[in-house]
This record gives sequence, C-alpha cells and structure tokens, in this order.
Amino acid sequence: MSTVTMTVNGKSVSGEVEGRTLLSDFVRNNLNLTGTHIGCDTSQCGACVVHVGGKAVKSCTIFAIEAEGSSVTTIEGMANPDGSLGTIQQAFQDNHGLQCGFCTPGMVMSAAALLEENPNPTETEIREYLEGNICRCTGYHNIVKSIQAAAAA
Amino acid sequence: MSDKGIGASSKRREDVRFLSGNGKYTDDINVRGQKYVHFLRSDVAHGKINGIDTGEAASMPGVAGIFTGADFAEVGGLPCGWQVTDRFGEAMKEPAHPVLAQGKVRHVGDPIAAVVADSLEQARDAAEAIDVDMEELPAVMDMKSAVAGGTLVHDELETNLCYDWGFVEENKDAVDEAIKNAHHVTTLELVNNRLVPNAMEPRVAIGDYDASNDESTLYTTSQNPHVIRLLMGAFVLQIPEHKLRVVAPDVGGGFGSKIFHYAEEAFCTLAARKLKVPVKWTASRSEAFISDAHGRDHVTKIELALDEKGMFQAVRTDTYANMGAYLSTFSTSVPTWLHGTLMAGNYKTPLIYVNVKAVFTNTVPVDAYRGAGRPEATFQLERVIDKAARELGMDPIEIRRKNFIQKEEFPYATPVALEYDTGDYVATMDKLQEIADLDGFEARASESRQKGLLRGLGINCYIEACGIAPSNLVGMLGARAGLYESATVRVNATGSITVMTGCHSHGQSHETTFPQVIADMIGISEDQVHIQHGDTSNTPMGMGTYGSRSIAVGGAAMVRATEKIIAKAKKIAAHLMEASAEDIELKDGSFSVVGTDKSVGWGDVCLTAYVPHNYPLDQLEPGLEETAFYDPANFTYPAGAYACEVEVDPETGKVDICSFAATDDFGNVINPMVVDGQVHGGIAQGVGQALREHAVYNEDGQLVSGTFMDYSMPRADDLPSFVVDHSCQTPCTHNPLGVKGCGEAGAIGSPPAVVNAVLDALNKGGYNVSHIDMPLSPSRVWSAING
Repeated sequence: MSTVTMTVNGKSVSGEVEGRTLLSDFVRNNLNLTGTHIGCDTSQCGACVVHVGGKAVKSCTIFAIEAEGSSVTTIEGMANPDGSLGTIQQAFQDNHGLQCGFCTPGMVMSAAALLEENPNPTETEIREYLEGNICRCTGYHNIVKSIQAAAAA
Repeated sequence: MSDKGIGASSKRREDVRFLSGNGKYTDDINVRGQKYVHFLRSDVAHGKINGIDTGEAASMPGVAGIFTGADFAEVGGLPCGWQVTDRFGEAMKEPAHPVLAQGKVRHVGDPIAAVVADSLEQARDAAEAIDVDMEELPAVMDMKSAVAGGTLVHDELETNLCYDWGFVEENKDAVDEAIKNAHHVTTLELVNNRLVPNAMEPRVAIGDYDASNDESTLYTTSQNPHVIRLLMGAFVLQIPEHKLRVVAPDVGGGFGSKIFHYAEEAFCTLAARKLKVPVKWTASRSEAFISDAHGRDHVTKIELALDEKGMFQAVRTDTYANMGAYLSTFSTSVPTWLHGTLMAGNYKTPLIYVNVKAVFTNTVPVDAYRGAGRPEATFQLERVIDKAARELGMDPIEIRRKNFIQKEEFPYATPVALEYDTGDYVATMDKLQEIADLDGFEARASESRQKGLLRGLGINCYIEACGIAPSNLVGMLGARAGLYESATVRVNATGSITVMTGCHSHGQSHETTFPQVIADMIGISEDQVHIQHGDTSNTPMGMGTYGSRSIAVGGAAMVRATEKIIAKAKKIAAHLMEASAEDIELKDGSFSVVGTDKSVGWGDVCLTAYVPHNYPLDQLEPGLEETAFYDPANFTYPAGAYACEVEVDPETGKVDICSFAATDDFGNVINPMVVDGQVHGGIAQGVGQALREHAVYNEDGQLVSGTFMDYSMPRADDLPSFVVDHSCQTPCTHNPLGVKGCGEAGAIGSPPAVVNAVLDALNKGGYNVSHIDMPLSPSRVWSAING
C-alpha cells in the first residue's frame, strides 16, 4: 500500500491505495464520490470520465498513484458554487439528455472537455467527440441537443 | 400543448440527483462490515464436474467462506414464471436451474463456486486457487441439430426440445390449404440475431441479514423488487415476505435484463444468512456478458400467401427459439404468447399459423429484451411483406395500405387471439410520408449516386401489445403470476401527496410523469406529489416495470386510488360546507358547492381529515390514504409506421443511416418530451440490432463477442438525429388514461426499416439481393453485393 495525494474538486485529499488501484476505484471507494460510474472493464464505455489536469480521462485507464499531485474534477465538482446545476448539467435537464442517469456523469464530463476545446461544435463534431461514451437509453439524440444548447448558453 | 399536468413536457425532477453525481445506485450502497463475493464461473460450455478442491483457497488471506453446489443442494432452483403447453397438450420441459452448478456446467459463465472475502481482490485471488476437475463435454450449439438428437444439455430430459408450440393449432390445416392453393407465396428464411441487453449499469446484489430479528434484506438492480421477493422468498430460499425486504434503488437501465431472478441474488441473500455478514457482488461488464439473460436468437421460416391483387391470404411461420441452458424467469413466454399473437401485425390476414420449437443449448439463458417477442414477430412479417412487394412489382407502401385494418373496423379480432381496441394505421402512414419527406427521396438518391453511393428507403409498420393482462387470461395461458399493478396514494396532512407504486423507474421518468397525472386530477402543482418506488417495505405488492406497462397499468392503478381519495375528500368538503357530497365539484384544487359561491381548499380538506375536530366521525374514518390494484381488461396496442434512409457504399458494404423517421400512436401522452426520448432510445437499440450488435458463439460454446471491444454497441457517431411524431392518437378504450405505452416501440419498429432500406438500396443499385441477416455488417453487405 502507498499513500496518494491529489486535489479533487478543489480539495486536497489523500488515501492508502494498492499499486493496482484504479483512479476510478479510488474516487468511488476511498473518497465516496460515487457519481463516477463503472460501466465496463475494457475502457470502452466512458461512464467513468473525470478531468485530470483539465483533460478528460477515463478514470479506469489510470492508476490512482499516477494521479499523484494532480488536480482532478469529478461530476460532483461540476455544479455552480451555490450548488445549482452548472450550465452543461442544466442543459442536459432542459433537453432530456438523460434517462437512467448511469452514463450521464461521463457524458457531462466529456461534454465539458469538448466545449473547452471547441466552444461551438457542429452536430458531427459532437457525435464524433462522444465516440468513447456509450449511452443505452437516449439514442444520443437529446445528448447532442443538450450539448448544442450548452454551447449556445 | 399543456404547460403543466397531462400533456406537458415537464422537466424531470430525478435529473438533479443524476446530474450532480448524487444518484444512489446499488453499487453506491455499502453496508457496514460487508464482504465481497467473486463467482468462479465455468470457462467451458458443457462439462461434468468430477470434483472441486477448495482447500488451498480456503486458507488464503481474507477468505470468509467458500461455497459450491453442495452447499446449495437443499435450496430450490430458480423458478420459471410461465408454463407453456405444447401442441400436443403436454407441459414444457422444465429442468432444474441451480443457484450454483450441481455436478454439471451448461454454459460459459455458469457459476461453479463462490468465494466471500474481506476485499474483492482477495476473493478473486482465492477463486483462482480453486481446483475444479472438469470433464469437458461436447457443446450443443445449433438449434436444429440439437432437436435432431445427440448430446443432451439436460440428461434427465432425454431431449433438447423444451416445447413444440402451435398457434392457433385449429387453424393449421386451413393455413396449409390456403398456402397450397395461393396465387403467390413469398418465402423468407431469416435469423433474428442474438443480442446482449447491456444496460449501462452492470448488475449488483447485496445480501444483508439481521440475525436478532431474523430479517433479510437484498439490495439489487431490479426492475421489479416485489417479483424478486416473491420468487426468491417463496421458491428458492423459503423466506416469508415479512422477513424479506428487497430494495431496488436507482437502477441504471434494464431493457428487460433486470426483470429476472438471478442466481447471484439468491446467493448473496443466503450467504449473508450463513456467514452473518453483508455480502456484496458487483458484476464486471465481462461477467455481465456471460451471466445476464440474452435476447432474441430466433431462426425462422415465414411464408406469406397473397392473391392476385396483393391481398394477404395466409401466414405460416416456423421458428426455432433458443432458450439457452436454463429457463430464465419469463423466457418461455417470449417466443409464444409475446410473439405468436403478434403475427397479424397491422393487417387483415385471415389465416395464421405459428409453430415454435424452443430449444436448450449450451449458451447463456435467453429471455425478454426490449420488445420481447414482438420485435421478432414484426421483423419477419415486415421483411416478408417487403420481399412479396418486390416479387409482385408492387410499391411497399401500397401493399401495406391495401391490407391495413381500417379505422372503422376496430375493435378488431385477429386470427391469433387478440382484440385490438383502437388504431388508425392509415393516419400514421400518412403522417410518416409527410415527416419523412418521402416525396423528396428521388432527389436525395440522385445526390447519393453522384457520390458513388446507393441510397435506399425502408418502410415498415408495427403493432405491439403492452401491459399484458388480464390476470385470469394470462393465468390460463400459463403465467404463474398476476399482471396487475398497485398504487397507494397517501395524502399528507397539509395536502402534499406521496404515491407508493409497485412500478419501478430505471430511466422511464415515473418520478416526473406520475405526478403530472395526479396534479391534473386534483388541480395541485406537480411538485406537491412525490413518487416512492423500489422498496418492498414501503410500496404495495406490484409486478414492476417491463413490457411498456407502467403508465397503462401502474398509472391506471394510481388513477383509481386517486379517484377514491377524491370521493372521500368530497364527503369531507360536503361536511365542512354543510352540503351534499353529490353537489361537490373539485376544480383547480378547490372544492365548491355547485351553484353557490361556497368553496373550501384542498389543503383545508386534507388537514380536516387528519385533525378531525369538525368531522363526521360517525360516518367517515379520519385520514386520507387509499390503495388500488388495477388489473386491465385487455392489452394495449400501440402501432406505428417507420421510415429509414440509408446510403450503402458498394465498394465496402458500409451502411450509413441518413435519416430515421417514426410515427407512433401511443394513445394519450402524458409527457411528450419523455415519450420522444423513449422512442429515440428504442430506435437506437433497433438500429444497433440491424447493423452492429451480435452475441456470437463459436462451435465450442465460447462467447466470441464478450466485451464492448467485440460486441458493437451503437455510438453517437453511428446514428443520426431522429424525426419522431406521436400526434396520431387513438386513445386506449379500456384504461382510465387512454394511454398505450411507449417504451418498446422504437426497438420493435426499427430493425425491419433499416434492413428494408439496405435491400432497397442494393436492388435499386442493380444488385438482386433478397435478404441479408442482421447485423448488416460491412462484410455481410459486401458479400451479398459480390455474390
């Protein structure tokens, strides 16, 4: 076991982890931030996307110790300071961009990274960017619409 | 369109917790002191277990217990919920379905042993140290040869045939005769590809046991916690309901796969009782692929007889339906009552005969997946109609139109035992032609040609049967459960309302849409109504959510309970205003005496019910809480027409979906935004089936497409935005809301539209291809093009 320290959602945190502990497991089990979801074991589904150093990362693809010293943002860190839904989150609610909600945290985190890179994406650009996030409920139609609305907001 | 209540696109209240990371899914629950279970699963499809040595594993760090089949020998097997009677009046073959393998494994993934340890890693490590002496047997994979003889999946049955079902058996000779004498018969042999439902949340079960009170709790990813409590409590573990609580909290999608009672649920519940510690299991995705029930997997031959004018004379189908290695909870009903009864589709075919042979193979059990039997019926019917149109040189829309059941012919009794209450298939087809801009197709095809691509248009219709009922009928058909739904409406003292429903929302939006109904009935705001679901300890016994039944059956139960509330509240209001209850009217949350200016508010009446100082105690009980159980008189019959346009690259065989339009008649609609979303998701799953998804087994019984690396889930860049419309509404005549259900339509209606479109593209491009089996991968399409 070794100790890992990082900043998560603006707070300094540390915990004891095994070498094989994934960042996704550290966030869920050590920090009890259960908004980050595990939908697969082959890094295909994107339910576990978080931001590490401002970049979207599937948190099942890196070990917790690799994030030592990093600044990590999870879905729990996406709300406005007053606790209300942030712009992208609000756009998802306004446009019915989620149903069961399980893929949603990863979708919101990916959408935020996309809009950071490209504030006015076309529908095709949105669809291509989301290639690493699987949703089984929405058929993506309203996710795309939500991201377009967030870009326009 | 309304801005509140029924007909409003109210925003979803559940979204706030899901979007902020505060959803409470089963894997987010951790019970103090819990241990973790890892299942050692069979890596062979078929084998005899000659011995299991757990000695080394038992001594490994953190191990609290190791269980094998011997520990479960006295425990009941997992029950099947529907007994099918075959053509000859015999009951189906119903082999034991053990919680842990009893001497034999029958599919890759069959659980052999389970290790409970302090951590998941320790449980996994110890499971690797278990030594299983396995004698591998030949795998039974192909359904037709399995029925012909050879290796048996279940030795004691002496056959691999579960049942040979004929429907309607009395019609068989007449159908044979009509086909023999027909002007034209179109024949099509096809495969309805095996699918993995793949809800994004893998299954989870946590067993907890309170020894001091002898009470068990199971937290599980279920669409129907009451059904699990009944099946597991009564049939597997013999725990009475008052000592067993089943909780299904937020559930990350189901699509049918979370209806069924699974071995892991029974294991965790019993292991917690034996070890006196909570036991948690979380499936990995790879484990889900080999332990969740799969869907579809039919091999069918369909024949359609037509007269010289293109009128349908008879339909005959022969289907082999894969059951997998064991009978999952509702597996047997899917190819029979959910499939055979749908073979009339939207048409007036007078004679229909359906034969289904259900077959055991060494594969994961197959059960209901979004649509469940109805997609299989729709696909073969709509494909054979398209093929017939091409053979007869008729327009695919015209041949459908001339065979439609007409609006004035409802209620319409089909030759396959259903009575459709309402519908207007001409209207939905008219609307489709408008929203899909079919008149503009030729111009778009011309543009495609200039790019070297072949454009095709696929059209089809569908009918489905939702909210399966009534209970006495389904009981006669073999269901071992009732199919009512329940609701308790609890009015609180200051007028807010808590509704406890037996339905379960795992994406369907009940927390938002159910309050819309009550708000409308009483005239209070939606946010005054809270929906409670998912916990057997605080909801009335109900059958859960599947088969597009929640609003049609559960919503109706809620309406009935609310009607009782209103009737009682009127009596209280009458007392307060010294009037007769018959003269009281409820409008906009206020009770008034008709013809006077006297009124009293909803909140005052509610408070009076709970603080009954001025109250007719000699005539009326205090309080305001009512329960209703609603058992529908008939199924509901949503129907629609779908259009898909594709471009096919003849060089590569790659298919692109250019557009997809859907018109659905769902009867009355509570929340149009939510209904649109249900249709979008259904279409995506149907397009996935048509073009990408396939659970492929090799001849040794290994699941080749066992991860998201190999099983091609539809992704955002595989799909277009959809055009959907549900303005054609013929309300259901036998439920109080006039609703029909919308959850499965998209998945039922879309696969034939896609396949018809690809074949249209190929044929218009000069390639004479009559059929390609799903999924229409580039290699399959390319091979068809290149003969």
